[in-house]
Amino acid sequence: MRYEVRIDVTHLPGVLDPQGATVERALPALGYDNVSGVSIAKTIRLALDAPSESVARDQVDEMCRRLLANPVIERYTVEVVEVQPA
Amino acid sequence: MSVTVGVVVFPGTNCELDVSWAIEELGGRAELLWHGERSVRGVDAVVVPGGFAHGDYLRTGAIARFSPVMDAVADHAAAGGPVVGICNGFQVLTEAGLLPGALQKNTGLTFVCDTVELEVVSTRSVLTGLASPGARLRIPINHFEGNYVCDPDTRRALHDDDRIVVRYVDNPNGSLDDIAGISNEAGNVVGLMPHPERASHALLGSTDGVVLLESLLASAAERAAA
Repeated sequence: MRYEVRIDVTHLPGVLDPQGATVERALPALGYDNVSGVSIAKTIRLALDAPSESVARDQVDEMCRRLLANPVIERYTVEVVEVQPA
Repeated sequence: MSVTVGVVVFPGTNCELDVSWAIEELGGRAELLWHGERSVRGVDAVVVPGGFAHGDYLRTGAIARFSPVMDAVADHAAAGGPVVGICNGFQVLTEAGLLPGALQKNTGLTFVCDTVELEVVSTRSVLTGLASPGARLRIPINHFEGNYVCDPDTRRALHDDDRIVVRYVDNPNGSLDDIAGISNEAGNVVGLMPHPERASHALLGSTDGVVLLESLLASAAERAAA
């Protein structure tokens, strides 16, 4: 099976997100004074061939722990969608 | 017999020649270690210098950590050999798990290039063996991701086990507890954001980095003699 995977890597709660904080300060300058909680994340997309969705998820989870996210400062969410191989 | 310091070079490293020059100026021998090598060639100490290893893609140090030479650096460290990561090298050592915590973007989102005042905290590390506790050193910094963070258990361990090596007198980047450099438990692996090699000659405006590099050479000599 082929799966399309989307991984969102965001800051752990409590870890400073200076980019988010800066954007949050910039938006009111344009008149958007009702904005809060801005955070800047990374999105990683990849395609994966695996025998099942659970195998694909386990593998992506391992990739996140080993490389794609740094557990000291980041957390991640994973979306997996089955697609027809091209 | 002079000691040999291996200086690791990743694609994107840019401080390897400065570090090598400073080491040789102080009587050591420097040898460049390309990141694709699987050995550190029996050197007495290893420096992971500054730069932008592998373009800092994904996160600073994240890709560099998987370079073949890093396994050899980890073995050298596990055997008690001195390892010092400077700036990007500090980031690489945290990503590699040789030092705890992580370096995130500076508070205020600015790249900081300045000469700052540091205070020597612990003198039991390979980088501060010849320094005096409380000594003030003026050394350049040059980074965007130098804001040290770690979990509360690590923070406690760093304090309790005397593993904070140098601290900023006037915190330039939001770093936790003003931390500029830390060591592992044994003190043989050190990471710091400031660049001692850029304060190693009067012509550079400060010689305050000399005591740090000489401490490293002394640790390396001890190891070579052992």
